[in-house]
Amino acid sequence: MIEASGLRKLYGQTVALDGVDLAVRQGEIFGVLGQSGAGKSTLLRCVNLLERPDSGTVTVAGRELTKLGERELNQARQRIGMVHQHFALLASRTVAGNVAFPLEVMGVGRRERDQRVAELLELVGLGGRGKDHPRQLSGGQKQRVGIARALAGRPEVLLSDEATSALDPGTTESILGLLKSLNRELGLTILLITHEMNVVKSICDSVAIMENGRIRESGGIGELIRTPGSRLTREIFPLPEPAAGHITLTFTGHPEEPVISEVVRKFDVDVNILGGAIEELAAGSVGRLRVDLAGGERDNALTYLRERGLLVEVAG
Amino acid sequence: MELDEITPLLWQATGETAVMVGWATLFTVLLGLPLGVALVALDKDGLRPMPALKGAIGVVVNVGRSLPFLVLMIALIPFTRVVVGSSIGTEAMVVPLTVGAVPFFARLVETALREVGRDVVQAAQAMGTGKLAIIRKVLLPEAFPGLVAGLTVTVVALIGYSAMAGVIGGGGLGDLAKRYGYERFETGVMVAVVIVLIIVVQLIQSLGDHVARRLSHK
Repeated sequence: MIEASGLRKLYGQTVALDGVDLAVRQGEIFGVLGQSGAGKSTLLRCVNLLERPDSGTVTVAGRELTKLGERELNQARQRIGMVHQHFALLASRTVAGNVAFPLEVMGVGRRERDQRVAELLELVGLGGRGKDHPRQLSGGQKQRVGIARALAGRPEVLLSDEATSALDPGTTESILGLLKSLNRELGLTILLITHEMNVVKSICDSVAIMENGRIRESGGIGELIRTPGSRLTREIFPLPEPAAGHITLTFTGHPEEPVISEVVRKFDVDVNILGGAIEELAAGSVGRLRVDLAGGERDNALTYLRERGLLVEVAG
Repeated sequence: MELDEITPLLWQATGETAVMVGWATLFTVLLGLPLGVALVALDKDGLRPMPALKGAIGVVVNVGRSLPFLVLMIALIPFTRVVVGSSIGTEAMVVPLTVGAVPFFARLVETALREVGRDVVQAAQAMGTGKLAIIRKVLLPEAFPGLVAGLTVTVVALIGYSAMAGVIGGGGLGDLAKRYGYERFETGVMVAVVIVLIIVVQLIQSLGDHVARRLSHK
């Protein structure tokens, strides 16, 4: 749905994007995770060409945006929704007027516009607030207006620029819930950037981790978690650096199964649990355990754990 | 002079000032608003970056701003004669008043437009809004309270400028003050002019503040 390849962008001497490739599949929620300054915001803004990359191509819904002239680009942008960290609502317009804005730009007639605005406000849970002004709303409500506005043009793709970063945790959760339900119900493809692991954990199907203008790791979350040495897994489960011989087990699927006690019984090993946690991700629950295994049939025990579908990493 | 002698003079002079300032305000808005928009839009990170043109407009505006109105008014006499056909009288004064106020108002427009958040403009761009529509539907409406405040200041400045019109036969309150207060030592007329000016400026400022506040939804 969204494809970017070879994106480079310089701001003076600073390299914002250093050869970034990105592929977002239709219907997924794709998160770009990174610290501020990693280049993720530039990347997102290159997708709808708010920033023009110095080189590289961007294709959204089959149209190569980097080739389009201004008029065609504006038409293409009307099918790409965007939500902003600080909402970017027009203070001079009411809530309904803000949601109507993109429809006016698209030349939708008055009657159809009013009807669509009412539907959209209902969809984001703000039915009846159309006549209010943005300043009368809370942060979460403002972001709901932002989302309604982004959906007005029936976009195929929604870009989210730190949409929850200015919100408190409870509101963040409700906005993430809304994004997820839009993704499921409308089949909306969502590309979001965030610095919060929590956002990735709770709604993303796929993730790219960005650092210094490059993507360090990217793929489906389940897939990355099953990859040895994954950065994502390390960031989700911040365990201390393992000492030599320590074993890190990653459980996907059914972390509640009592595999550790099975191993102890079957292979006569001593297990010393050093740390661990279970996380509920959008892709399912995942557990990670740092243990020290000693004595008995240690190697057989490890083989058994692998056969049980666990990712076993032994620190060297 | 008695009050019943002063009153008709005062009415007439106030009317002349109102006509001068009214027309000058209209032309100032018509010319200054696009100029202010241009100063913002042509900026290097504006909607249509043309820094050289923006620089040129900026220089012209600054030249206009750096001339004291009295000097500008006299320097413009030949130009006024071409435009109006005469260089004295109330109508003729509209020309220097407009020329004097346009750069002033354009800078105030520029400042008001710059107050509009960059994020709002970018959000509009992300929605596929064309440049003219961004000016019309985003920049101007969002900056409207600031524009009204700027216009209020401009009108008050125009009233000040218009008083100098008296010096070259432009009529109005300044002319009245000069002829009666300065040349004939009629203190009563002088006091009356001062009072009228204070009242008029107060009214305009209060009206402007009120409208700006009503329009602001921040």
